[in-house]
Amino acid sequence: MKQLFELYFAFLRIGGLTFGGGMAMLPMLKREVVEKYGWSTEEELLDIYAIGQCTPGIIAVNTATYIGYQQKGVPGSIFSTLGMITPSIIIITLIATILKNFIDLPIVLHALAGIRIAVCALMLQTVYSLAKTSIKNKLGLLIFLIGFLTATFTPVPTILLVILAAGIGIITYTRKADH
Amino acid sequence: MIFLVLFFEFFKIGLFAIGGGMATVPFLMELAERYPWFTPSELANMIAISESTPGPIGINMATYAGFNAAGFVGALCATFSLIAPSLIIIIIIAKFMSDFSENKYVKGAFTGIRPMIAALIGYAVWQIAIITFADTSGPDIIFHYDAAIICVILLLLFHWKPVKNLHPIIWIAVGAVLGIVFQL
Repeated sequence: MKQLFELYFAFLRIGGLTFGGGMAMLPMLKREVVEKYGWSTEEELLDIYAIGQCTPGIIAVNTATYIGYQQKGVPGSIFSTLGMITPSIIIITLIATILKNFIDLPIVLHALAGIRIAVCALMLQTVYSLAKTSIKNKLGLLIFLIGFLTATFTPVPTILLVILAAGIGIITYTRKADH
Repeated sequence: MIFLVLFFEFFKIGLFAIGGGMATVPFLMELAERYPWFTPSELANMIAISESTPGPIGINMATYAGFNAAGFVGALCATFSLIAPSLIIIIIIAKFMSDFSENKYVKGAFTGIRPMIAALIGYAVWQIAIITFADTSGPDIIFHYDAAIICVILLLLFHWKPVKNLHPIIWIAVGAVLGIVFQL
């Protein structure tokens, strides 16, 4: 029981003290999981993180679940994950409630209009760097272009596009590997 | 029953949004188009707030979306539904397949999924760009040149060495200040 709460609070600290998820979380993970509790070595942590990146869902949650499971089975994975999401639920609920009361103020509206521009630029940057690392050949470029046009101009569900892309990836990759 | 709908939709997102928080954005954009929970412009606010607060971005956005749809219980419902597939899948992998990321089918699937996720996030940006740079509410479409110019300047700054690695929070704050100063 003690270790379950250790897991819960370790991941609560990781979730509550890192801004921006993803890579930003690694140093904090290392401090708690490797240095403080010795739940895994630094190498193992990087492996777990890599698995978290190529499984469905939020990377931080996947990593928490994996480490929790290694330590204390299914209850461990649940406690770790609950710890990871607790700060988000509290903070976001608070902000959403507060913002609801101020959303009609002109200054807030102007600020939000400016923020939208920043979000737009940040996300364009994300797409650019994702495209740069993920498009490695003509097929990748084709998937990217067709995916973008289909999602933007047709009502084809996004899920279907992800499944199709995975299928195409498996077929071409295994074919190449067989030759 | 809104909680059942939330469960179903966010479980699906948890299952198909692969590669981190930003990958959930196209799915949330789809929700904005299909349900009255939030508009694409509110989604842009949610992204900004989720990037500027502690915690994983994907979890923050799910909590926010659920809250907008059905209050605090909606927030809990959306967040738990989003992480449910992760719990199941990761436990299975941890138990049976330690060499999961080396599997050739997994590797193959990702050669297709990665460019697709980039494209889908591109679609979400396109939707946000439309509401940011154009006003389509009146009979004539009004183009916001000032917003477009600021966006281009920001994009150029992202590649300028001295400020290249600044945290997104800084840029979001810059956006807020510019919005107030220029009355955007």
